[in-house]
Amino acid sequence: MTKTEYQHPLMQAYWVQLDTRFAQVEEVFEDVMAEALAVLSREDIHHFLDAARVIGKLGRGVEPMLAFLEEWPSVVKALGEEAVLTDVMAFVMRMQKSPNGKAITPFLQTLAPVARKQHSREQMRHYIEIADDLMARTTGSIHGHHTTFPSPGLPEFFQQAPFLFSQLSMGGVRNWVDYGVRNYRTHPERQTDYFSLQSADARAVLQRERHGTLFADVERKLDLYLRGLWRDPDQLVPYSTAFDELRKPVPYYDRLGMRVPDVFDDFILPLPLAGEGVKISGLDRYRAVLAHMVGHRRWSRPMVADNYSPFQRMAVEFFEDCRVENLLIREYPGLRRIFVALHPKPVEGACDPETTSCLRHRLAMLSRALIDPEHPYGDPQLLDFVRRFHDLLAKGESSSREIADLALHYVARTRLQSDQFAKVWFDDTVIDYRDDNRHLWQYIEDSDDEEFFDDPDKKLKKESEVQSLPPRHYPEWDYHSQTYRPDWVSLYEHLHPKGNPADIDRLLQKHDALAKRLKRILDLLKPQDKVRIRYQEEGSELDLDVAIRSLIDFKGGANPDPRINMSHKTSGRNLAVSLLLDLSESLNEKVAGSEQTILELSQEAVSLLAWAIERLGDPFAIGGFYSNTRHDVRFVHIKGYGEPFNDEVKSRMAAMQAGWSTRMGAALRHAAHYLEARPADKKLLLVLTDGQPADVDSPDERLLIEDARRAVKELDQQGIFTYCINLDPKADEYVSDIFGHRYSVIDNIQRLPERLPELFMALTK
Amino acid sequence: MTDKTQYKVHKEPYYQPQGNEVALYEAAYRNRLPVMVKGPTGCGKSRFIEYMAWKLDKPLITVACNEDMTASDLVGRYLLEANGTRWLDGPLTTAARIGAICYLDEIVEARQDTTVVIHPLTDHRRTLPLDKKGELIEAHPDFQLVISYNPGYQSLMKDLKQSTKQRFTGFDFDYPDAQLETTILAKETGLDAATAGKLVKIGQTARNLKGHGLDEGISTRLLVYAATLIKDGVNPVEACQMALVRPITDDADIRETLDHAIDVTFV
Ligand SMILES: Nc1ncnc2c1ncn2[C@@H]1O[C@H](COP(=O)(O)OP(=O)(O)OP(=O)(O)O)[C@@H](O)[C@H]1O
Ligand SMILES: [Mg+2]
Repeated sequence: MTKTEYQHPLMQAYWVQLDTRFAQVEEVFEDVMAEALAVLSREDIHHFLDAARVIGKLGRGVEPMLAFLEEWPSVVKALGEEAVLTDVMAFVMRMQKSPNGKAITPFLQTLAPVARKQHSREQMRHYIEIADDLMARTTGSIHGHHTTFPSPGLPEFFQQAPFLFSQLSMGGVRNWVDYGVRNYRTHPERQTDYFSLQSADARAVLQRERHGTLFADVERKLDLYLRGLWRDPDQLVPYSTAFDELRKPVPYYDRLGMRVPDVFDDFILPLPLAGEGVKISGLDRYRAVLAHMVGHRRWSRPMVADNYSPFQRMAVEFFEDCRVENLLIREYPGLRRIFVALHPKPVEGACDPETTSCLRHRLAMLSRALIDPEHPYGDPQLLDFVRRFHDLLAKGESSSREIADLALHYVARTRLQSDQFAKVWFDDTVIDYRDDNRHLWQYIEDSDDEEFFDDPDKKLKKESEVQSLPPRHYPEWDYHSQTYRPDWVSLYEHLHPKGNPADIDRLLQKHDALAKRLKRILDLLKPQDKVRIRYQEEGSELDLDVAIRSLIDFKGGANPDPRINMSHKTSGRNLAVSLLLDLSESLNEKVAGSEQTILELSQEAVSLLAWAIERLGDPFAIGGFYSNTRHDVRFVHIKGYGEPFNDEVKSRMAAMQAGWSTRMGAALRHAAHYLEARPADKKLLLVLTDGQPADVDSPDERLLIEDARRAVKELDQQGIFTYCINLDPKADEYVSDIFGHRYSVIDNIQRLPERLPELFMALTK
Repeated sequence: MTDKTQYKVHKEPYYQPQGNEVALYEAAYRNRLPVMVKGPTGCGKSRFIEYMAWKLDKPLITVACNEDMTASDLVGRYLLEANGTRWLDGPLTTAARIGAICYLDEIVEARQDTTVVIHPLTDHRRTLPLDKKGELIEAHPDFQLVISYNPGYQSLMKDLKQSTKQRFTGFDFDYPDAQLETTILAKETGLDAATAGKLVKIGQTARNLKGHGLDEGISTRLLVYAATLIKDGVNPVEACQMALVRPITDDADIRETLDHAIDVTFV
């Protein structure tokens, strides 16, 4: 036991559970727990602390424990609730028992970066398998000795892992490792060179394995594709096809997103006659997969599986796949070329029904014929069903039900005794851009309704802060009755607590290059103290040059320019700015593909913005808000209009924290209350948020959205221009309802520090 | 007195109504209320006003506003001549005198001190003081003021003052729905409806990406350009790339996505 005491009883319990005396751990413990509590369930917290305790007692100092505590919450964040703790711990214990204990810390340090590239539990397992295999094959196998030497390549591999995964698919990494093991198993130095990517062949093999289109490289294009062409964006999750030898994974979608392979090679269909192949790029193959899934999401409805035999289900799936593809082709005719090129073309008569079950083969031919008008088949039954299929679709979209009936007819009509045979014809029947159709079937027996309740203990309660001023009351708009609820919200304001101003200077330092670039633009925007405006008809002074020119024109009989005066203009910018920060809980989340939380990135962005506005000399204020029901909306002042951007302000910024919910309307009204009192001509209220307005006491989502929309209208009436910078990828669903045209969604949050000042400058130039 | 007929819209402009804006405009005009039309670029604002002027059989004077415009550019100025000076009415003064509809296009572009000269014309006074000339013009009974502005500029420096905004009745324009927009392209350029429908689809693809790397989607105006090119025999894929994609973005991912949309739309 240690003597460390935490005020919060839960925190104290967690500390006891961790059972450690490392001072370095104690220093970061509260931060680590804050992060962990934001993403882990109560049960997972215990597993997390248990695992950390075990790692702390391996006798390898503080590093492994620190690495684990710091990495793990991000891993869970990237992989969802179903992380891979057991697999990780099992592997750690294997390393511990082998002579490779030194590699434990490097391994733990790779977890978060690899998880963020891979987004899935299966992929993480594959990663551990690869490392495990590398360790098993390279440990202690130096000629003539027993298993006493650690693997020379293993720690190097962990060093390189984040880079390797940015270049290669999972299968590629596996092959790359395999090559190194096969060739340098017994040469410690050369093995080290290989796995640290020093040797020429390590790089050559890397190049060789770098084929195809990596998911990571086209993720944004695919997102734009789903949004632009189909208006159906979703989370995309890659999987590897290089591991399961028996059952190749197939695309699918569920409530967590759309699953697609982590790499696609270009597809080349040889055309012996034409002499040239048809090529479908890896990117187009991804698009085909996504389009097919979009088709199901748009047009397929689930059916009760219990009513059908497996054969019938298979037939229904083939028919339904072709139905949605025909509808997709109706939307974008060019998709036909892609689908047809990727669809196998089974050879008629290739399957012998005397010896083999041919149902798959028949269905694959039919499927081909249903999407390819130039199919080569002559079987009358096939042709009959092709005709009936198109007759149904000629009337409209048909439906999952209707097409299932047709499929049942088909099964009944073409049934063969041999369909039951164990030997099944598979050649040319796998259509790899189609998903596994799990969404098409409902099973009546099991109904494992998942429940998602927010565990009230899950999140750490913040100590309530001193309420320095009496609350202000604001109305809230009730869109149901189209009336205001008077004095509905109580808002408390106070000064933000302070931290270390040097932290902010450090952040500014970090963005030094960006600041230099911004400076050039800023100098253009900056009002010159006195600007001379020439060519004025009316002005404060005669512009002698021009006047003389005009006189000459006049004397010469030409039409003189009457604009012979000039005047002076001072500071063209008469602008006051208020920056309103959403400080709700979700800001504590880590940004995908980064070590940083949204809050940290916001801090950087806001520091840069403050620096930029300070340079321009516009008076501006920064405030933050969060809420916990209508009775407790908090508004914290970080910078006032009159305050310069000094250490005082920086120290408040450095201490920025996030928690609770987002009752935006009241905060908007309150920020406007101060902004309205400013004497400026132009008033800008910038709102930085990562989600929609919401609060625990408002189950009706629309309510706070409508209220915020109303607040923006009120502000507009007061002459305040409100603009929203939104970090929520799903913002499209509501942000324009609130802010009209005045918003930007920042897709790549990592670029926020750069985008925020740019946006501000664009808005005010 | 300036000749009215030179400002008349003689031929019926093609205008496809999107709702009951025609009737609403007529009501505004009957009562000589000033009108403001808002909407993204190239969505038919100017065309609408032109059509209304024709329908009401009133002269139309259009002024494209810009940053360098001074109040004199609207109101008028003295010209020096060999034997003295001569006053020349600006377009706003002309409109007020002859009873025209004066359309100030993209009013936000003009400087604020310029914008205020319209204030006395927009309230019950309906007058225009020519300070330099020492004259106060009473607006002709047929005179009406119309301004247009694009809220998508997203710059508050280019936003209108509340005191200006609150003198106008407003029309919100947006890109027409798919069916209407197809009709517009077909009627405007003579392109067949099927091809026009495909162009509209590509336009919508771009509009879906607004806020995700695109500031503005593809306007109806650009779609009309593409349709015109296709009608002239240009290959549709090339026409689209040239008229729809190249002008609106340099973002490689977005270009590739739009190019793909074009490829799978035209086969
Ligand atoms: N409702 C419509 N009826 C007929 N033509 C239309 C309509 N809407 C748009 N158009 C076509 O789109 C073109 C652009 O419209 P217009 O010039 O009126 O745009 P605008 O809204 O004034 O754009 P800007 O804000 O850039 O001035 C027109 O020339 C016309 O071809
Ligand atoms: Mg126009």
